[in-house]
Amino acid sequence: MNYNWNWHIFLEPNPMGTGTYLDLLLSGLVVTVKVSVLAWIIALVSGSVIGVLRTLPSKTASWIGFCWVEFFRNMPLLVQLFLWFFVLPELLPRSAGLWLKQLPNAPFWTAAIGVGLFMSARVAVQLQAGITSLPRGQKQASTALGLTTVQTYRYVLLPMAFRIILPPLTSEFLNTIKNSAVAITIGLIELTGQARSMQEFSFQVFEAFTAATVLYLLLNFVVVTAMRFLERYVAIPGYITGK
Amino acid sequence: MTMLGNFDFDVIRRALPYLFLEGMRFTLTLTALAAFGGLVFGTLIALMRLSSYKVLGRIAGFYVDFIRSLPLVLVIFWFYFLVPYIGQWLTGASRPITVGAFASSLITFIAFEAAYFSEIMRAGIQSISKGQPAAASALGLTYAQSMRYVVLPQAFRNMLPVLLTQTIVLFQDTSLVYVLSIPDFLGAASKVAQRDGRLVEMYLFAALVYFVISCVASYGVRRLQARIAIVR
Repeated sequence: MNYNWNWHIFLEPNPMGTGTYLDLLLSGLVVTVKVSVLAWIIALVSGSVIGVLRTLPSKTASWIGFCWVEFFRNMPLLVQLFLWFFVLPELLPRSAGLWLKQLPNAPFWTAAIGVGLFMSARVAVQLQAGITSLPRGQKQASTALGLTTVQTYRYVLLPMAFRIILPPLTSEFLNTIKNSAVAITIGLIELTGQARSMQEFSFQVFEAFTAATVLYLLLNFVVVTAMRFLERYVAIPGYITGK
Repeated sequence: MTMLGNFDFDVIRRALPYLFLEGMRFTLTLTALAAFGGLVFGTLIALMRLSSYKVLGRIAGFYVDFIRSLPLVLVIFWFYFLVPYIGQWLTGASRPITVGAFASSLITFIAFEAAYFSEIMRAGIQSISKGQPAAASALGLTYAQSMRYVVLPQAFRNMLPVLLTQTIVLFQDTSLVYVLSIPDFLGAASKVAQRDGRLVEMYLFAALVYFVISCVASYGVRRLQARIAIVR
């Protein structure tokens, strides 16, 4: 391979004047973390609401849940980001559209909301599976005790369901981090984007991508380790994973 | 208000031949070939992971975990720059060879999807009861024969709905070749959108097409699942 390796490139100053190339990549990592965490919060909150709706006896509720999930699951994430970023401002009244377009950091917020809503469909399906996996007796016992539907979910079903679906939620969070890279297409300079700009400035393509790869692996490792601890902490006694 | 007042349906109509004959053909060909290649290599990786040679299992496990921790966009960039060098190394040429957009994305998606398909096939193989390969070897079948005629056909059949669902995900994921400015369906829509300044029409139309195809395909998978679920 006649490629000029230069691993010292990371310590050389980057042309943006923001320190070394390593600083450039690390700033990308920070953006990736920020956008992923924000997207994950959005996904968890809206996904939980939709997941609960899908398990309610009401026809309307489960229909809304069904439509939400199908809408966000059947379009590529990239297309969804384009819809929020390019199409939505045009469909709004002129003043609102202009305000949206001139929002500072628009790619960041679009990415967080777009990835968040995309992931919410998956969270909803997981939560629904978690709730339906609980023995029927749990819900019946709550009703027998005189708990309202809200109380049943708040004190009985959800605390169990969330603990059961924690492992799949971990991989959905990892997916959220990976999916945040798609935001490169609407101009968000996150980790992959910074690796790309480092490649364009320095021509050291493989060093740049290797560094980005290592950083993604590290991020994965940190999340997985943290979630293992959380899983052990909240494990339900009496279940296989419990104490 | 720019709402539907000046929504230009004609720009979509005029672009239809380009969108479908060029763009969608690229997308569907890439999806089909990547799914096939991913399945073949994914099955091999699954067999490696389950083999009694620990080293093979380690290598396969490492590959799968590695690929699955990276964003597809990064993997697309990796292969886009790496494949010319691999080609040079394989052919012994004096400089990195030029690889077409299609070949480059096909290699990327096969390598990427193989990791995901292998996990599905591994679950499929593990879902076969131990008595099956035991009976096969009692009948004098070799390992290869037992896999080829007994285990894999059943594993494939059990996992068919999951494999097809993964293929729908793959179909949506192929839109990411956009980052290489390749005219797949979304790339073609985006080209027309930018040329004619009609982003709203083209992106809404592209979204609708992806939505309809994915919905119909998942409906088909659900039907299939209901049909083959009773077999056992």
